[in-house]
Amino acid sequence: MHKEYLTVTNIVGPLVIVEKIVDVKYGELVEISSPGGQLRRGTVLDVSTERAVVQVFEGTTGLDIDKSSIRFLGGSQTLAVSEEIVGRIFDGSGNPKDGGPKIIAKKRRDINGSPINPQARDYPSEFIQTGISSIDGMNSLVRGQKLPIFSGSGLPHARIAAQIARQSKVLGKKEKFAVVFGAMGITFEEANFFIEDFRDTGALERSVIFLNLANEPTIERIATPRLALTCAEFLAFDLDMHVLVVLVDYTFYAEALREISAARKEIPGRRGYPGYLYTDLASMYERAGRIKEKPGSITYIPILTMPEDDKTHPIADLTGYITEGQIMLSRELHRKGIYPPIDVLPSLSRLKDKGIGEGKTREDHADVLNQLFACYASGKEARELALILGEAALSDMDKIYMEFAEKYEDEFVCQGEHESRSIADTLDIGWDLLRMVPKGELKRIRPEFLDKYYSLEK
Amino acid sequence: MKKGKIIRTAGPLVVASDCLGAKMYDMVKIGDIGLIGEIIELKEDRAFIQVYEDTTGIGPGEPVELTGKPLSVELGPGLISSVFDGIQRPLDVIKEKEGDFITRGIDVPPLNREKKWDFKPFVKKGQKVEEGDFLGEIEETPLIKHKIMVPSGKNGTVIKIKKGKMLIEEVAAVIKSEEKEHEVRLFQVWSIRKNRLVKKREMPEIPLVTGQRVLDTLFPLAKGGTACIPGPFGSGKTVVQHQLAKWSDAQIIVFVACGERGNEVADLLLSFPKLKDPSTGRPLMERTIIIANTSNMPVAAREASIYTGMTIAEYFRDMGYSVALMADSSSRWAEALREISGRMEEMPGEEGYPAYLASRIAEFYERAGKVICLGSDNREGALSVIGAVSPPGGDLSDPVVQSTLKVVKVFWALDDKLANMRHFPAINWLNSYSLYAESIKDYWDKEIAEDFSEIRQEAMKLLEKESELQEIARLVGVESLSDQDRLVLESSKSIREDFLHQNAFHPQDTYTSLRKQYLMMRTIIHFHNSGLKALKEGINLEDILKLEIREKISKMKFLEEKGDDPDVLDLFIEINNVFKELLKKKG
Repeated sequence: MHKEYLTVTNIVGPLVIVEKIVDVKYGELVEISSPGGQLRRGTVLDVSTERAVVQVFEGTTGLDIDKSSIRFLGGSQTLAVSEEIVGRIFDGSGNPKDGGPKIIAKKRRDINGSPINPQARDYPSEFIQTGISSIDGMNSLVRGQKLPIFSGSGLPHARIAAQIARQSKVLGKKEKFAVVFGAMGITFEEANFFIEDFRDTGALERSVIFLNLANEPTIERIATPRLALTCAEFLAFDLDMHVLVVLVDYTFYAEALREISAARKEIPGRRGYPGYLYTDLASMYERAGRIKEKPGSITYIPILTMPEDDKTHPIADLTGYITEGQIMLSRELHRKGIYPPIDVLPSLSRLKDKGIGEGKTREDHADVLNQLFACYASGKEARELALILGEAALSDMDKIYMEFAEKYEDEFVCQGEHESRSIADTLDIGWDLLRMVPKGELKRIRPEFLDKYYSLEK
Repeated sequence: MKKGKIIRTAGPLVVASDCLGAKMYDMVKIGDIGLIGEIIELKEDRAFIQVYEDTTGIGPGEPVELTGKPLSVELGPGLISSVFDGIQRPLDVIKEKEGDFITRGIDVPPLNREKKWDFKPFVKKGQKVEEGDFLGEIEETPLIKHKIMVPSGKNGTVIKIKKGKMLIEEVAAVIKSEEKEHEVRLFQVWSIRKNRLVKKREMPEIPLVTGQRVLDTLFPLAKGGTACIPGPFGSGKTVVQHQLAKWSDAQIIVFVACGERGNEVADLLLSFPKLKDPSTGRPLMERTIIIANTSNMPVAAREASIYTGMTIAEYFRDMGYSVALMADSSSRWAEALREISGRMEEMPGEEGYPAYLASRIAEFYERAGKVICLGSDNREGALSVIGAVSPPGGDLSDPVVQSTLKVVKVFWALDDKLANMRHFPAINWLNSYSLYAESIKDYWDKEIAEDFSEIRQEAMKLLEKESELQEIARLVGVESLSDQDRLVLESSKSIREDFLHQNAFHPQDTYTSLRKQYLMMRTIIHFHNSGLKALKEGINLEDILKLEIREKISKMKFLEEKGDDPDVLDLFIEINNVFKELLKKKG
């Protein structure tokens, strides 16, 4: 039996301080019972001989100094996993939310996981076709990659993430596939959109969902992504599945972390976020990947809304330093009515180079994408110039590029929410656009491909 | 062994009492599972310890074992081709023992204890030796002869020397000095926070050739010099670091992946054994040591990782090798420093970083240099250091960037505007600088071509002029510029696209020798000067720009390198002919 302490001395924000404790460990799981008898969970953040600082997952509302009691459970927070977990919906602490029974544990896994030994990692190089041209063609996603979507409030990141989850496939293969979805602090409507979309497409049966909604305890959000990733690790590395993890919204997660840090009176880093935000985010993002000699993989799409669309905001900034690229959404494109409003210039996939080319997508892929980038960048520059000097001042080449940029946005980037383009289609659209530009200007494409594709008509 | 008792655990910081007698930076073993830590502050009998592993499950009352020794690395055969974590534990051995995930409390020796090495002695019994002298060597890989040196402070007479196959723990030689006998094994132990000693420092004046055109020609780094690459995410820091690790002409590469991505380390590990060293044709892994402490591995070990790498690099420098150390990224190291400092409740300096950040950074870079090594042969060694910095939001006023810029001599400014246009390496040619350009000048002009520095200067001038002209063009339109100025714009565009732009993934373009770099630049400048002359003779600018030879110039970088690069040389003559014809046509 675990000892019960009634020695709570302070309650600050999400933290409870207990004194006169014996044999408590750092990171230990804690059970707190409120005066009303309701049970909550927490974890030890700091422990010394006299006292322990406990972070309460479900928040401290309703706790008091006098009657609240605390038990230290030994061991850290775990998630019960088994094959049965697929197709289920849980709350942000891992309890069933769909009315179903509790999962009978085949294994219990520490939700903090362990770092993958870099020596055991396999380099991700398998192209995933999402059916979205601006991703497949320009910033290709590969299995085992972590590629976040940098969005802003009001932008359709949810629809894009759902489309990726719906359409993703690896060319020429049929394998076990699962989606793990985690919601941190988003609204019921947004979460429901995902669930309904999964249900409509039959994806729900191969999904695991963890929900911490906006009105649910903030601190629970710290555990939600870790539960989702622990579940994903089990599916990928124990059951050999290819897992796509979608987590929204990391901005709320970081805010929860800031709340705890403030309550502990830690020295804040940039914009009040704790100095260890990078390490904390990395401990989650880095759980994506592939392991040598294991067939499964974790591909990870975290979504975050950048406050004021500012990509230098600490959350977006630190994420960009950890993840392997980013998909950047643009308010300007969204206003023009372009879906998906992906701004390809600041977007990037660091792992694309090993995932594309002959035998994976098509021989000309790398050259075409470099050329499209260069032409679109020149087009946007010309557009800016035209704004200042007027269109008349543009050279003939500039005019061609400006038209190219328009058409590129309308025909290449823009596509239907249920339209899934094959990579060959995507590249062909690219070539259609490149034909607007004189052959001599296409310096990024190797001559042999120019000869082969430039003169082809669709 | 003396033991203390834990009184507090807070993340990577543990406080223990009963630690009288412990010294600063001593290594300790924490808790019943024996996590490794290092003492970073002492208050009365309490020791503040940063722990190199996750402390979950550690609590007050558990023991702390004081080893009385500083945190050290083992230096000896077996280092090359290894991949270590931040405190020199070999990751491949950990994988074999513990599986795909890294667990805690693993105790494995850094160097292989079971492998036998073939030791060839250089000295004879009775010979007098001084510290740093070679006792013998081991062929560790076909590329690297691992020298066994007399440890520092052990001058004397060799009274015993062995030969042939032996384990690293065996005694290879015995040296007698002042009635004391010192046993020398194949490996030595050195504290990571202490510089290895040298005889004398010298000025760096030979370039570290990297095969990257923008670096070698415009902003060169000298062997033994220091450089930093700051830039926002996505601007290509890591690709540049990897290119340097692959192609720079150092003999030993130490790559410290400090708080960066696991997949990038995987990329190094999978690609290096396949890539060939351009000068010897052997796999690059045979000259490389990787220290990998990825962002999700314990934060305190990240702090130690750059010192571990540095100490290993210094050891090979002492053998007289030219060594290059890449640290990617020093910002993550600084953040680890900040995190620990925060937990110790120290008064913060700028942006929450500890007040000693600048001095730590300076100390680190100062360990680079060209030196006369210990030893009676006065051999030269060089250690070049290249640090990536990841400032938040790409903002160069960040304290880590600023403190770094105060000490390094080369600044490669990455620019995300260039990266967005897919101009790689995205190194801004206007903001970057190299303070070695002057001291390297002699080498260039003697070894490569007598007008190397002149041509480089001309190229720099053109680029500078371009930015001025672009400003004007933006205001009044390109049409209003004179033909001369428009030719300047075209030529500098050619420098940018045909010379500075370099594709790391193209088999020919990825590496360019200094000689070919010179020829390429000379060709571009020659075309420009010929064009200027032709304009004076009354030739139309349009006619010059229409010349087909320009396309050939733009393809120079893809030409295979062979001998004297006759293809590029031919272009030079062809330019002369083409312009002669233009003049002739005009009559």
